[in-house]
Amino acid sequence: MTANKITIEPVTRVEGHGKVTIHLDDNKQVTDAKLHIVEFRGFERFIQGRPFWEVPVTIQRLCGICPVSHHLAAAKAMDIIVGVDKLTPTAEKMRRLMHYGQMYQSHALHFFHLCSPDLLFGFDADVAIRNVVGVAAKYPELAVQGVMMRKYGQEIIKATAGKKIHGTGAIPGGINKNLSIAERDEFLKDLDQQMEWAKGALKIAKDYTVENIGLAKEFANFESSHLSLIREDGAMDLYHGNLRAIDKDGNKIFDQVDYQGYHNYIAEEVRDWSYMKFPFIKSIGNEDGWYRVGPLSRVNTADFIDTPMAEEARKEFMAVTDGKPNNLTLAYHWARMIELLHSAEKIKELLNDADLQGEDLVVKGHRREEGVGLIEAPRGTLFHHYKVNEDDQVTMCNLIVSTTSNNEPMNRAVASVAKKYLSGVEITEGLLNHVEVAIRAYDPCLSCATHALGRMPLEVSVIDDSGNVLDRKSTR
Amino acid sequence: MSDKIKFTIDDVEIEAEAGQTILQAADAAGVYIPRLCANKNLTPHGSCRVCTVKVNGRSQAACTQPVAPGINVESESEEIKAYRKSLVEMLFVEGNHYCMFCEKSGNCELQAVAYRLGIDAPKHEYLFPSRDVDASHPEIFIDRNRCILCGRCVRASKELDGKNVFQFVGRGIHKKVAVNSDAKLSDTELAGVDMAVSSCPVGAILRKRVGFAIPVGQRLYDAKPIGSDIEASRTDK
Repeated sequence: MTANKITIEPVTRVEGHGKVTIHLDDNKQVTDAKLHIVEFRGFERFIQGRPFWEVPVTIQRLCGICPVSHHLAAAKAMDIIVGVDKLTPTAEKMRRLMHYGQMYQSHALHFFHLCSPDLLFGFDADVAIRNVVGVAAKYPELAVQGVMMRKYGQEIIKATAGKKIHGTGAIPGGINKNLSIAERDEFLKDLDQQMEWAKGALKIAKDYTVENIGLAKEFANFESSHLSLIREDGAMDLYHGNLRAIDKDGNKIFDQVDYQGYHNYIAEEVRDWSYMKFPFIKSIGNEDGWYRVGPLSRVNTADFIDTPMAEEARKEFMAVTDGKPNNLTLAYHWARMIELLHSAEKIKELLNDADLQGEDLVVKGHRREEGVGLIEAPRGTLFHHYKVNEDDQVTMCNLIVSTTSNNEPMNRAVASVAKKYLSGVEITEGLLNHVEVAIRAYDPCLSCATHALGRMPLEVSVIDDSGNVLDRKSTR
Repeated sequence: MSDKIKFTIDDVEIEAEAGQTILQAADAAGVYIPRLCANKNLTPHGSCRVCTVKVNGRSQAACTQPVAPGINVESESEEIKAYRKSLVEMLFVEGNHYCMFCEKSGNCELQAVAYRLGIDAPKHEYLFPSRDVDASHPEIFIDRNRCILCGRCVRASKELDGKNVFQFVGRGIHKKVAVNSDAKLSDTELAGVDMAVSSCPVGAILRKRVGFAIPVGQRLYDAKPIGSDIEASRTDK
């Protein structure tokens, strides 16, 4: 009897370290496949005892990819802690600019540097060219655009947060600086070019999905619920809003829920084979209550987008599924590029707003003991929840990061692809890359997801019924 | 004018007042000698040794050593700079100094002296000591992870505030700054405006709820290195 287990470790071109195991039976049929997150961190524990005003700067250290999201989610929670329910216009708009800069650079990084090799060369193209260096050699203009778009977003972060990575801009109750005229003019100078590149990236993602709709409908495809923040009028809002969850058909599971009470609607389950928790919608239960977050979910949950070009793109996107939620895993890329363009439009709107030069930066209120901050991070809804004692020290911290919410969906995607493409055939690197392509669509940040400290990469194993490892893919 | 004492620091002639220390005379002449435990408003302590210089070939703490006519003081030699660097490198691993999320970053004298001495990465193995915080005071937060035992708070509380809130206890690696109450900081008479608080060169004694109010770029040592204010008054340039 042959026992078969394939391990892909590390999974590449994702943020963080994880591995995939694929179990095969005697007839080489895939019986199970799982994405394991093998990092362990512990930010929720070691932030305890620290003073609350330090948290937005300290907690963002759990990620070097989208620290702005953690910085802002923590700052929003600390706004509640210091008794501030409404920021000054300058503070809120500076934070929004920081966030759209972050969204812009993160989406550009993922599209151009992490996923474009799969889309441009094919999932099973020669691994020697299916990478960012291959993209730079064959499509030098795209590679340069990716770098320049990322730079633009990073410069916005620096101008609003003080540093490109791990800045200090958002403080409890406001922001510590405004945007100078000189800084504003520098960004306006390059904005039109950025907008053109964002439109170009959207076109590539859209055309790819439309031209490969057959593949998209069969690749890692499954129906799911979707969750995101939503503005009070139903518009997409990446910085602030209330919670909305919809089912696979678009019916609302809950809507306009004040996220201070998120724990009445969302719970988390621990499973013994991953350091990442499994969140679920309480009213549905832990078996079927899982949901997706991120660009696909946000475009699905939004009634509309309040910027013209992104709204036009959203309508085209929704038309593919006749206005119903789009459940195609590969459509994440298209949705992500809609958000990229939306972020560029929002950056333009904000740069032309004189409130950014305002001097009123911080509001003070009466201290509270508990605060929740939510934001739509590039990878999806990010939850930060803290309790603070009367001595100003954090006593409890709970984080549900975007990738954690996408844990079950990514596992479903991995299992679906493994069963479809790896059953009963000779396993090749190109076929194993299909598994990684499914994971990459979610743009997971595995470091964030386990709030972990440690080495980076991800790995895919093929295991048999007795647990023996048959094959393993790793770049280490 | 006959009271002036003449001596040299790195071959530059300095005029000092009788009774001045080498550090005071150097400051007055616009010559910066790195220091951590010394503060112009406090009695010299001579404990951190970062201001070590060679006086006629012998190592001395510039903050405690009085000037004398004709002495040759060596401050910026490679040998002395290496000593200072070693001292500061040891301070960084002896405590838990995480500049990346410390609110004192950019305003911290330890960090600024380290940059000035060219320290850009840890050299020694971290000791990761287990140190406590005291958040009990309504206005002041003590984080002993960042204390470098310079004793400025001890002296400031006694000499400037007239309170004697802080005192050293323990010996060697177990030495720490304690407060003059049986339990915690809130039981002392320390006030938020006390000089003992503002005299802390690192992020060990902090005013609460200030945090990161000053943006990156506008902090004390963002634009110019520590000592630039002293060097700006130098006349023999």
